[in-house]
Amino acid sequence: MKIKVVMSKLGLDIHWRGALVVSRMLRDEGMEVVYLGNQFPEQIVEAAIQEGADVIGLSTLGGNHLTLGIKVVQIAREKGFNSLIIMGGVIPEDDIPLLKEAGIAEVFGPETKIENIAAFIRSHVKSGIA
Amino acid sequence: MDQSLLTRFQQKDPLVLGKLLREVENQTSLGYEFLKLCTTKTGNSHVIGITGPPGAGKSTLVGELCKKWSEMGYSIGVVLIDPTSPFSGGALLGDRIRMMELAKNSGVFIKSLATRGSLGGLAASTADIVQIYDAFGKDIIVIETVGVGQVEFDVMNISDTVVLINVPGLGDSIQTLKGGIMEIADLYVINQADRPGADESVRDLNMMIREKKQLTWKPPILKTVATNHEGIEELINEIENHKAYLKTSNLWNKKREERNLKRFNTQINQLFHQKINEFISTNNHIENSIVRVKEGKEDPFTAAHQIFEGFLTDHNIK
Repeated sequence: MKIKVVMSKLGLDIHWRGALVVSRMLRDEGMEVVYLGNQFPEQIVEAAIQEGADVIGLSTLGGNHLTLGIKVVQIAREKGFNSLIIMGGVIPEDDIPLLKEAGIAEVFGPETKIENIAAFIRSHVKSGIA
Repeated sequence: MDQSLLTRFQQKDPLVLGKLLREVENQTSLGYEFLKLCTTKTGNSHVIGITGPPGAGKSTLVGELCKKWSEMGYSIGVVLIDPTSPFSGGALLGDRIRMMELAKNSGVFIKSLATRGSLGGLAASTADIVQIYDAFGKDIIVIETVGVGQVEFDVMNISDTVVLINVPGLGDSIQTLKGGIMEIADLYVINQADRPGADESVRDLNMMIREKKQLTWKPPILKTVATNHEGIEELINEIENHKAYLKTSNLWNKKREERNLKRFNTQINQLFHQKINEFISTNNHIENSIVRVKEGKEDPFTAAHQIFEGFLTDHNIK
């Protein structure tokens, strides 16, 4: 079964390449990636529900990972949507435990190999609602 | 099937709609079970197919249409189709980003599909997705095809109204005379009409339509600039006119009957296909024959015929 990923840049985070490059590489890994561009947590979760996404991918460089990033998890779980939620970008080491505690399954920093992201997704994917 | 799933579907729970669309998209047994259950509860939605070349502005236009329709109080289901990579089998579905303005709008539900090998401009599961939206109670269902060339016209088989979006400057009047995609539209739209050549494109289309023999519905030709919200209201009115025409001419019902038959035929073909593939993969001597065909030592016609005969005998079919 094809893995469906909803990929978004978090909030107003101003970067262009990162999320698109990862989207393209996941495409080359055989996944179906719905690319949303810049979005806020409500809209990201809404899109993921409508698409029946297995994975929500959040990309951020701007320091909103602890606020908006955690909000995505909260809104998704409130709505009963249990997809895998992962994050990538520039994120301080110290914040990673906080993110994981909040329900971000994994955080991928700079120079992560795409194979590692794909392998993580493949081994952790579960469907949206039980 | 889990009864609560059905109840939640009837209560219009978006989470369940998303889940069921996903099941149907992946052609799972739960998906089929649900399709069987809701067949008789469908046929009420106005299904609108939007097609045209890549980059013509289909997604932007769909976004504009949906915004207007939801202001008018309609609930809308959207299917956006983008191509699957023939190399990796993956896809980058990039239509949704053109209509993120709709994200705040609870009346619009959007599902992106990858073609997964289908070549007619749609994904194989499109008709099933439409059925689920229909049963869910969507007033309008919009299907946006992949960017098309000249022959991807599967969309006409599942839509009530086909809208062909073109842009100025894609060739002269000869292009409008060719068979195929140019013939299937109920409405023609020249989008990006602020670019040079728009009036010429309209003129060429006009000429083609005037020469058409079928006169009960004369396809209108409209100019839009989707990024500037121009021409959207006119387009909505013409789509509404076409719906009225379908109803008064009884084509509305006829199209539904044809669609039902078509899906039945597709299903029969699929089942047959599966059976014959099973037969081929479980018979070793066929494999030898296939290798010989592959190496060019045996002709494909005789080999295929023999295997087919073997299949019939095996299943006691004369």
